[in-house]
Amino acid sequence: MTDSMIEIRWHGRGGQGAVTSANMLADAAYRAGFKGVMSMPTFGAERRGAPITASTRLSREALRFFSQVEFPDIVIVLDDSLMNSPATVHGLVPDGFLLVNSAVDPASLDTGVDYRIAVTDANTIAKEVGLMISGAPMVNTAMLGAIAKATGIIGLDHIETAMAGAFSKAAVSRNFEAACKAYEQTVCLFCSEGKK
Amino acid sequence: MTSNPSAVSVITGNKAAAEAARLARVQVVAAYPITPQSQVVEALASYVETGLLNAEFITVESEHSAMGVCIGASIGGSRVFTASSANGLAYMCEQLSWAAGSRLPIVMGCANRAMSAPWNVLNDQQDAMSQRDQGWIQLYCRDNQEIFDTFLQAFRLAEEVHLPVMVCYDGFILSHTVMPVEIPTQEEVDAFLPPFQSSTIVDLADPRNINPVTLANPRGNVEGTLCHGYMEFRSMMQRAHVDALTAIDRIDEEFASQFGRRTGGTTRSYLLEDAEVVLMAAGSLASEATVAADFLREKGVAAGVLGLRSYRPFPVEKVVAQLKNARLVTVFDKSLSYGYGGPIFIDTQAALFASEKRPQMHSYIAGLGGRDIKARELADAAQSSLDWLNEDKGPKEAQWLNLQL
Repeated sequence: MTDSMIEIRWHGRGGQGAVTSANMLADAAYRAGFKGVMSMPTFGAERRGAPITASTRLSREALRFFSQVEFPDIVIVLDDSLMNSPATVHGLVPDGFLLVNSAVDPASLDTGVDYRIAVTDANTIAKEVGLMISGAPMVNTAMLGAIAKATGIIGLDHIETAMAGAFSKAAVSRNFEAACKAYEQTVCLFCSEGKK
Repeated sequence: MTSNPSAVSVITGNKAAAEAARLARVQVVAAYPITPQSQVVEALASYVETGLLNAEFITVESEHSAMGVCIGASIGGSRVFTASSANGLAYMCEQLSWAAGSRLPIVMGCANRAMSAPWNVLNDQQDAMSQRDQGWIQLYCRDNQEIFDTFLQAFRLAEEVHLPVMVCYDGFILSHTVMPVEIPTQEEVDAFLPPFQSSTIVDLADPRNINPVTLANPRGNVEGTLCHGYMEFRSMMQRAHVDALTAIDRIDEEFASQFGRRTGGTTRSYLLEDAEVVLMAAGSLASEATVAADFLREKGVAAGVLGLRSYRPFPVEKVVAQLKNARLVTVFDKSLSYGYGGPIFIDTQAALFASEKRPQMHSYIAGLGGRDIKARELADAAQSSLDWLNEDKGPKEAQWLNLQL
């Protein structure tokens, strides 16, 4: 991760809101002072439940290129069953962040590669704040809080501003609560073990 | 860290298009959904439904009908808007010609997408390029801010030169990607874009029979007045296109003086002044190419970019003036005239033919059906063309970037 450019790839399943969250991260980062922000879905045939990805690119300068992210600095995983696929961490730079929505101990996700692993139980958080759609927890907005905690690239205030641009007042309240809870509850392996 | 302006929204290209149409106070919208354009008209439908936009949203059963409604509404005196992509645009084809021949100032968005078969919803520019000769002005946008700005300029342009304008932007790459877009206030837009003044003569209070049939030669109407034949109308349309070149650049100047940013008008250049090697492209690729030019400059190659914004009318003089002193021009086309070559390459080569001084030209076909294009690949292609030239290898066949045959 250079100071001037941060590339992020989201992994989720169709319907989990990866694209919405990716867009909100771009917005929040713009509010945090990044001049160049963009967020794009991976262009393919999407359907509910199928693995999907989205990308976010943040820069201190205006962005002039649109090609797909190859070597993400941060990988965000909305569904930990996707950790079984090698595609999930493909290209993640050494020392990059791997943020996973999971109830497991982050150490169990340690593959020996020097990623900075953080875990948030966004399913439980979403249930607690009542973010359920058709019986499924909406975990995407909680993960924005996890990003703020683990990476520090955005603050909770920027997330709230971005949510206000995308959601109704009532929805902002619940989604922001989820982000705040995630901020508090995210467990960073690299913090506890003194990694960078 | 400096704070960013709050008047900026982080939105998709489709949303930028819809916002421009809303602020242009379009009065009639008729469109049929097709990926990747659908979000534009979905947004406009919701604006109309919630009262944010005082317009009539007319649902239709096809793109052919959508353009038919636009033609009728424009003749009736309304500012109209539609959008389409690929197969939908192709289905409009017959009506596109009718809109241009009727000299109606219709503005439409084209979220550029590959033509089938094989089926593909992803980006290239084959759809718009295939409609090149229908008489529409075609403007290509590099990013979402430019989509917004180009639409506002397009209404001014269309209503001034009496030609329909197609604002083209790369599907998904821009249409579905969010980036910062500065949205002016309604008052600011009103100051730039006055209400539409129709120049047609359709009036409910004054019904009349308008016979659109023209024959080979001029002939008298029922009152005995000699009227134009088909060729006269078509010659006037060509004149309007050529004259539109100055209008496009002038309107961009006026836009810049009001809003403090410019699209570039007919072309947009980057580091061209001393460029030995020029990368040329239209749309988002013209932006990506500026990063490639930076890579080449870091290696000591004097590279620049000519972004083509107006494809029709083709800015011959400006293109020649900006390219004739280069040693090499590499053109990256996202479409193909099958059996010949990349349309931008062909047209640029033809434009330079009459110039005494002209560069070597190499053609690249890139990004068809959504194939990813990286800036370093553009730089590598330009470098390989330069090496080819330095080794004096003679003419070079068109290369397909990243072809995996």
